[in-house]
Amino acid sequence: MRDPKAPLIPERDHNKSPVLECVGLGIDFGGLTAVDDFNITISPTEICGLIGPNGAGKTTIFNLLTKVYNPTRGSIFLEGNNTKRYNTKDVNKAGIARTFQNIRLFKNLTVLENVLIGLHNEMDYRLVQSIFRLPSYWRSERIARDRAHELLSIFNMQDIADHKAGSLPYGSQRRLEIIRALATNPAILLLDEPAAGMNPAETESLMEHIGEIRDTFQIAIFLIEHDMQLVMGVCEGVAVLNYGKLIAKGTPAEIQKDPRVIEAYLGTGGQADA
Amino acid sequence: MNEFKISMPARYIINSILLAAFIVAGLLITQSGLLGRAQNANIISVGIFIILAVSLNLPTGYLGQLPLGHAGFMAIGAYAGAIFWRADLLPQNASIVAGLLVAGLAAAFVGVLIGIPALRLKGDYLAIITLGFGEIIRVIINNFDSITGGARGLHGIPRYSSFVIVYLCVIICCVAIHMLMKSRHGRAILSIRENEIAAESCGINTTYYKVMAFAFSAFFAGVAGALFAGNIGILVPGEFDFMTSINILMIVVLGGMGSMAGAVFAASILTSLPLFMVALNEYRMIIYALMLIIVMLFKPSGLLGTYDFSLSRLLEKLIRRLAGKKGGADNA
Ligand SMILES: Nc1ncnc2c1ncn2[C@@H]1O[C@H](COP(=O)(O)OP(=O)(O)O)[C@@H](O)[C@H]1O
Ligand SMILES: [Mg+2]
Repeated sequence: MRDPKAPLIPERDHNKSPVLECVGLGIDFGGLTAVDDFNITISPTEICGLIGPNGAGKTTIFNLLTKVYNPTRGSIFLEGNNTKRYNTKDVNKAGIARTFQNIRLFKNLTVLENVLIGLHNEMDYRLVQSIFRLPSYWRSERIARDRAHELLSIFNMQDIADHKAGSLPYGSQRRLEIIRALATNPAILLLDEPAAGMNPAETESLMEHIGEIRDTFQIAIFLIEHDMQLVMGVCEGVAVLNYGKLIAKGTPAEIQKDPRVIEAYLGTGGQADA
Repeated sequence: MNEFKISMPARYIINSILLAAFIVAGLLITQSGLLGRAQNANIISVGIFIILAVSLNLPTGYLGQLPLGHAGFMAIGAYAGAIFWRADLLPQNASIVAGLLVAGLAAAFVGVLIGIPALRLKGDYLAIITLGFGEIIRVIINNFDSITGGARGLHGIPRYSSFVIVYLCVIICCVAIHMLMKSRHGRAILSIRENEIAAESCGINTTYYKVMAFAFSAFFAGVAGALFAGNIGILVPGEFDFMTSINILMIVVLGGMGSMAGAVFAASILTSLPLFMVALNEYRMIIYALMLIIVMLFKPSGLLGTYDFSLSRLLEKLIRRLAGKKGGADNA
């Protein structure tokens, strides 16, 4: 049995320090302990899954990592830096980007504008330069637009750049959220149930894209997912959460065999259907 | 053929020519004596209310907040500008420009002062704080009567608000806000309206951009205030009460939150309405209320919704249609 505190490092990351490290992370909502003593280490180009029954605290962990909630206990280290004093915006600037379980796009803005907002901090012109339309404005905007189209082409969305984000079908909205998150140039991407609401074909294609994104951008991906096929297919490490506590950590194969996981998550009925 | 687009520099040139033509035409009409004094004063009033509405549209329509103290910023600008102009420190033209800047900057400074605490808090605190601010400003003006004239009013303000001055300010205000909104700063402001948590997760400093939008808005409200002072020559604090703030807000809501064209359109109509219907002036507030109810029933997003008017886009459409017709004939 693997020690759940031991980091799981893909071979290519062996000599690199972790991109994300949580130590004893926890939060209470009034009397309810939503997350307790959560420890994880994610290496720079790892794809790591976070699974667990509904209400286990998975989304809460993402909200802790991005400082939507402030942790009651424990620390988060991003590329070795303690994020104690960071707020949501600082966390993003420091390298964590995310998507949301309940999609949070800028619905009344276009697809392109959504991505350009993701590129906000990649642009460097100042207020005066934009009001007087100085050359730095044009240069920076042109570069950003090219970059946005490039990012949109990951999911073949460049032709719908002018559409309102809110008018897109559900699956496209999820993909756009991933692109917007990628636009912020993260070191680690957090995906909260990226395949929710997608059909099997879409899920299949998303799986391939997640691998591609990691390879192209050389970033870590930490994803919450209910679709076991996706988790087992794409993740190199999987952490299992139950009642806010980490109950197991390992490779997908190890997790599938772990009796505590089968008990807690997959039900006592037997193996995962994947 | 359908892809026809006017290039960016050409767009700017076309728009500049049209705006210059507008100023010259307006100048000729107002100087020609065709219009009576009342009508000329009304044209100036329309311009001032366009600035007020377009500037209030920024924190309401674009940022998605609800400030209720726009008249307060107008008051700060009005008194700052009037006091500066009365002091007569500079030659006239320099004094006009400097006075407008002083008015705008004074209002923007106060905007930052109350914006920082009010906008850090989530929720509807801004409405309450700005409401209080609008009232406090009047009390302050009333009590500093050695400088402001207090309740007796501030008299003898130079009448600097000519057609050209006012409408140049209208154009500068509209262009500046347009340029702001079509930049990364403007998109950051819009993203806060759309989804604040998502905006923060994209690395956007939401407090900073809220204060920026608020201060920008206050700046132009201050300029409008100074133009107001320069239009009537007398200031009394009662002019800048809560109802004035609500009137401006109503113009923005009627025109369509988030539509600059809507703000211009609604400001023009609502401000000149009393002139055409002198008999109905008594019922002005009732007419406003009825209009508001009707618009909210049939077009809740306002007359123009979030539509933004663009002369060059209109031209593009026209050229495309002409070209399309020709193409069709060739095919036949
Ligand atoms: N803001 C909050 N206030 C109170 N309780 C919360 C809050 N956010 C989450 N919780 C609780 O924390 C637990 C974990 O929720 P969540 O992280 O959303 O679960 P999931 O694993 O399904 O994503 C749930 O019991 C939920 O009710
Ligand atoms: Mg969840």
